[in-house]
Amino acid sequence: MMRMTGQEWVPIGTLHDIPQRGARCVRNGDMTIAVFRTTDDRVFALEDKCPHRAGPLSQGIVHDGCVTCPLHNWVISLETGRAQGADEGGTATFAVRLEGQRILLALPCGSASAIAESCDHG
Amino acid sequence: MTEKLVVVGAGMASGRMLEHLFEAEPNAFDVTLFGAEPRGNYNRIMLSPVLAGEKTFEQIVTHDADWYAANRVTCRFGETVTKIDRKRKVILTARGEARYDKLVIATGSAPFIIPVAGRDLPGVMAFRDLDDVNTMVAAAEKPNARAVVIGGGLLGLEAAAALRGRGMEVVVLHLMGHLMERQLDPAAGYLLRKELEDRGIRIHTEAQTKAILGDERVEAVLLDDGTIYPADIVVMAVGIRPETRIATDAGLHVERGIVVNDHMTSSDPDILAIGECVEHESICYGLVAPLYDMAKVAARALVREDAAFRPVETATQLKVTGVSLYSAGDFAEADDREEIVLRDASAGVYKRLVLKDNRIMGAVLYGETSDGGWFFDMLKKGTDVSDMRETLIFGQAFQGGAQLDPMAAVAALPDDAEICGCNGVCKGTIIGAIAGKGLASLDDVRAHTKASASCGTCTGLVEQLLSLTLGDTYNPAAVTPVCGCTDLGHDDVRRLIRAKRLKSIPAVMQELEWKTSCGCAKCRPALNYYLVSDWPDEYADDYQSRFINERVHANIQKDGTYSVVPRMWGGVTSSAELRAIADVVDKFDIPAVKVTGGQRIDMLGIRKQDLPAVWAELSKAGFVSGHAYAKGLRTVKTCVGSDWCRFGTQDSTGLGIRIEKFMWGSWTPAKVKMAVSGCPRNCAEATCKDVGVICVESGFEIHFAGAAGLDIKGTEKLGLVRSEDEALEHIVALVQMYREQGHYLERIYKWAKRIGYDEVRRQIMDDADRRKAYFDRFVFSQKFAQVDPWSERASGKDKHEFRSMATLSLEAAE
Repeated sequence: MMRMTGQEWVPIGTLHDIPQRGARCVRNGDMTIAVFRTTDDRVFALEDKCPHRAGPLSQGIVHDGCVTCPLHNWVISLETGRAQGADEGGTATFAVRLEGQRILLALPCGSASAIAESCDHG
Repeated sequence: MTEKLVVVGAGMASGRMLEHLFEAEPNAFDVTLFGAEPRGNYNRIMLSPVLAGEKTFEQIVTHDADWYAANRVTCRFGETVTKIDRKRKVILTARGEARYDKLVIATGSAPFIIPVAGRDLPGVMAFRDLDDVNTMVAAAEKPNARAVVIGGGLLGLEAAAALRGRGMEVVVLHLMGHLMERQLDPAAGYLLRKELEDRGIRIHTEAQTKAILGDERVEAVLLDDGTIYPADIVVMAVGIRPETRIATDAGLHVERGIVVNDHMTSSDPDILAIGECVEHESICYGLVAPLYDMAKVAARALVREDAAFRPVETATQLKVTGVSLYSAGDFAEADDREEIVLRDASAGVYKRLVLKDNRIMGAVLYGETSDGGWFFDMLKKGTDVSDMRETLIFGQAFQGGAQLDPMAAVAALPDDAEICGCNGVCKGTIIGAIAGKGLASLDDVRAHTKASASCGTCTGLVEQLLSLTLGDTYNPAAVTPVCGCTDLGHDDVRRLIRAKRLKSIPAVMQELEWKTSCGCAKCRPALNYYLVSDWPDEYADDYQSRFINERVHANIQKDGTYSVVPRMWGGVTSSAELRAIADVVDKFDIPAVKVTGGQRIDMLGIRKQDLPAVWAELSKAGFVSGHAYAKGLRTVKTCVGSDWCRFGTQDSTGLGIRIEKFMWGSWTPAKVKMAVSGCPRNCAEATCKDVGVICVESGFEIHFAGAAGLDIKGTEKLGLVRSEDEALEHIVALVQMYREQGHYLERIYKWAKRIGYDEVRRQIMDDADRRKAYFDRFVFSQKFAQVDPWSERASGKDKHEFRSMATLSLEAAE
């Protein structure tokens, strides 16, 4: 089979699964992706790894378009994954699309299949 | 010999006049100042913020004892002048008399009390001086107290908003069809009404008061249409009349007010009059700007310099925090007038300009008032606006293109543009003073130019002028702001949360004008704590504004795993507890177990998804959360005390357990660690804790404000109490005082140093009533706080926190 380049959109759950100004994690093999929901219901996805000391960004406080890492308070832009202010560095971002309430996450083609374990709608 | 000047009335006008006088000729007169109130000059227009709890009385005093002493003013406050004897040139009071060469009458005005039955009942008051404010504040302390404010003008509405802010049920009765009809057109009056109604103030327009009802004191107000509003207090704010009695009795020319010429001289050349008691060219003034003009002219006249008072246009701003309203000039409709109106309902903005012959006659702005000064400036100068008519209503910034930077707008103002309407200070004067006198702060500018020193609404403009003139060297924040989202410091935020009864984070951000849409990781946890602390029963804790540790009730570690510390009351455990911990460690393969500095056992390296199951197991053994992650009570460390120790004087273990069981679960500004030692050998190391107890033969020595972390500091002694009960009451009261006053993340030792150790001792040791009140408030808040977060989560609360949203498996590569 030919190796595809490009993106594959994978459904990961619904908007209600994530609290406003909060995040949930999606596991993709060894990687954890943090999916954030802002106060105005925009959704972003970043690798759950602060560029500073690999802190879990999903555990941070979400404010405006940023998250503050719980380990050492670096502030990371949800849109670009870049550290804000005087800090330098960035974390990988993933495209996210909302289809109604459904959240679709873009992964590099071939890196994920359909959902193996279904979403938790708690 | 120095001439004798007697001034009757210690209000805003006379205070200002004396300043100008001493500036011009400090030794010209021997001054005696009479005031009916038992206090000196203060800024009366700031009584509304005092009533609202946004300012203290001390903050609005304009002249204090030192100032009077420095200028050798003889003060006779609390002494009412009853008579002027013009033949002998003396004034008389109940206590004596005083001779004058020149007399200045500045008796101001008296509130107009409408002549209805019941107006003399206790509980009916005006809103005129500090005593009125104190009476209203006292009335508002009663739960569910009700106020009826008669008069929907500037003063009545400021009183109504402030009383509502203090929690009273408030009804405003207004005779006319819409609020503030002298300053506002009906449309703006409607917006204002809506805003006030949204705050829970009831507005009754076209309300004709028939009688005030009550036997011993006021009970209700009856209207002509039969409506009855129950009331604990009635505030009359229907208007003022010039206070002219002594002038009339002395045979001076008095119409509505004391008639004065352009030099503020009455019909007697040795008697001047200024302020709200005078009438000039058939006009009486009630706003502060013209009164200050009068003060300046009178001071000149006294030193025989030439100056003349001219009638002035005045602009009005309502001092109700959160309501922006500006009105100036004349906005009645007439055939030869045109109007330009801008409405933006979603933003709550209404702007109306009235033009005649291409000149601004009047302006009413609601919701967005930053261009008020600019319109008013053109109004006073009679500027021809035909060139910018199309875009005039969009304001000054629009004229120069798309300038949204407020600094640019201020920079663009001409030097003669008036910045401070109250004191008539223009931009050039302020910039000149900053540069010429090396001024560096807002207070400096206020001291030297008076700009923004009265009602304070132009403070922002003055600050912009400071930064414009000084550039980066201007540091506006005397207090450190909470974070970049606001200019307010922690104390201001806490005070305003209470004064304005703000009960959610969005409400705080809206009302206190946060600069960001949803705060940041610094301010949100702080606000969440302040709200939890101030409204324990009403506030819904915002978990998304808590640091992760407090959200999942465990401590995050460097690798993203968590540590868990069960509570061991007073550091005492048992074989059953230890066995349960051992089983949990085995079952969940917990990699590290460690004894902590606070006499607890810490299990480290737990995966987040395992936390609820770990807690469920621990709960079965009777454990609750140890709150080792909390800005709250962590541990009470104890020694074995009189149960075992041959030196022990009291049951230190028992007291420690009792304190911990009483106080666990409470949130505090920063973590609180305690200890109880059974004798002065102090094995529990109580003298470096936030709160410590050293047991002695005669009782319990309570210590506080120790530190053994970033800083090392021995405790301060609070005092000695006899019994365990007293020890508990004192400790709880101390912690509650800290909960109410501390800045978020400020440990007890820093808080206590900031407010003073003696002040803490005074409130907790010496003032039994206050101590009891603190204690009761703590007990009340514990009703809502003592819920074990672990068992809640083991039973399924917040389960989204502990599970992945989805797990995607890797596709086998081909």
